[in-house]
Amino acid sequence: MIEYIIRIAMIKKILIVIFTTLALTVNVNAGSDGNLILKKNEPSEVKDCFEKLNRATFAFNQALDGVIFKPVASIYRKLPSPAKTGVSNSLENISHLLTIPNNVLQGDFKQAGINTGRFVINTTLGILGIFDVAEYLGLSNYEKEDYGQSLAKFGVGPGCYIVLPVLGPSTVRDTIASTLNYLGGDPWYNVTINNDTQYFKNSDYYYSKGAAGVDFRAKNYDSIENLENNSLDFYASVKSLYLQDRQQKILNSRKIINTQDDSDWEEINQ
Amino acid sequence: MYSRKILSIVFFYFLILGNTHSIEPDVFVQSTVNRASKILSENLSKEEKINQLKLIAEETVDINGIGFYTLGTIRKNLDNNQKKRYSELFREYFLKSFSSRLSEYTNPEIDVLSKEVLSENYTIVNSLLKGTSERPEVKIDWRVYTKNPDNPLIRDLIIEGLSLARTQKEEFASILNSNNNDINALFKTLEEFSKN
Repeated sequence: MIEYIIRIAMIKKILIVIFTTLALTVNVNAGSDGNLILKKNEPSEVKDCFEKLNRATFAFNQALDGVIFKPVASIYRKLPSPAKTGVSNSLENISHLLTIPNNVLQGDFKQAGINTGRFVINTTLGILGIFDVAEYLGLSNYEKEDYGQSLAKFGVGPGCYIVLPVLGPSTVRDTIASTLNYLGGDPWYNVTINNDTQYFKNSDYYYSKGAAGVDFRAKNYDSIENLENNSLDFYASVKSLYLQDRQQKILNSRKIINTQDDSDWEEINQ
Repeated sequence: MYSRKILSIVFFYFLILGNTHSIEPDVFVQSTVNRASKILSENLSKEEKINQLKLIAEETVDINGIGFYTLGTIRKNLDNNQKKRYSELFREYFLKSFSSRLSEYTNPEIDVLSKEVLSENYTIVNSLLKGTSERPEVKIDWRVYTKNPDNPLIRDLIIEGLSLARTQKEEFASILNSNNNDINALFKTLEEFSKN
């Protein structure tokens, strides 16, 4: 047993050392070559190496969605708007705990400061994040960050596209990066599961993750239905939308004009 | 001297005449949106709404352009008959998918906020679909093809940064890839979608 714990601790240390080294060595180039990051994360360039397995997992997730997420989301979206906004705000508030260390890793210290301010204000004045008081005070434009995005900023390519059971679309890079959440990189995981802080239960973490899934499903309820009914290949549509969204998040841009190559459009200007 | 004056007058006349006919992309988008909203808020059957939305789409969307963009590089390998067949099938597919997507909305309120000229051929018009109790507000950008300023056409909708044309392109690429790039497989899929 002790040997097992030592081994886990070793793996944890090695992963942290690798990640930190990567952060320090590659961060020099971070942001200096936006075009390279853009190209590396171009959706059409991401290979679907495990397509058969991915399609099977996707079908499984769809079935799971039909049985759990869709029915729960359809009830959830009928709640009064203030209740839904409160849930959404408090989930977003928790996500700051993962965003702030990633702002720092990406060298975006100003944003780390703003997000820390947002978290402190919303947790206290906003009553555990239910109210987004920070936005009223001018601290707006919150963008979530994670370790996958940080790795991408360091120049790590996405690798193959994969569909994870329950969790949905991802890439090899983002899946590996997300393991850091469970190795001490996510303060919310640390205070609920990793350490016995006596203030939170393990179930708080799982409830928050489940609620985030339902909140996302409810917000996109009609769009998902619509897309499913009007797609020739729903799997391919979801893959494209996910990878486009990921590319935008890595570049912290919602502007397609900065991120889309226009050459293909220009070619058909006959 | 006299002929120079006449020439100048004629030149300016055409210049002014030309300008009065060109439509600003943001005005064009707002008027298109208003027309669609009016249909969606009217007391019409779903079928009637779909038919009227199809008419608007045929007038304001560059269906042919989107079709060839969506097809990707394989379009270069098609002969004229295949191109013609594809254009017909894509038109049917697009109008069905576009109108049935829109007909689900009742009285959507879209405000045009700004525009950005990308090039002589393209302007991006930024707009906002107002939120309701069931869904949050959504940013929608319109890629407007302005090669002919008198007749601007919509070529793409970019919803919260996600391009519909690009999504469709990758969807078509997936169908072609899983059928050894056989265009007939795509024709069959498009045909089946339009029939159902």
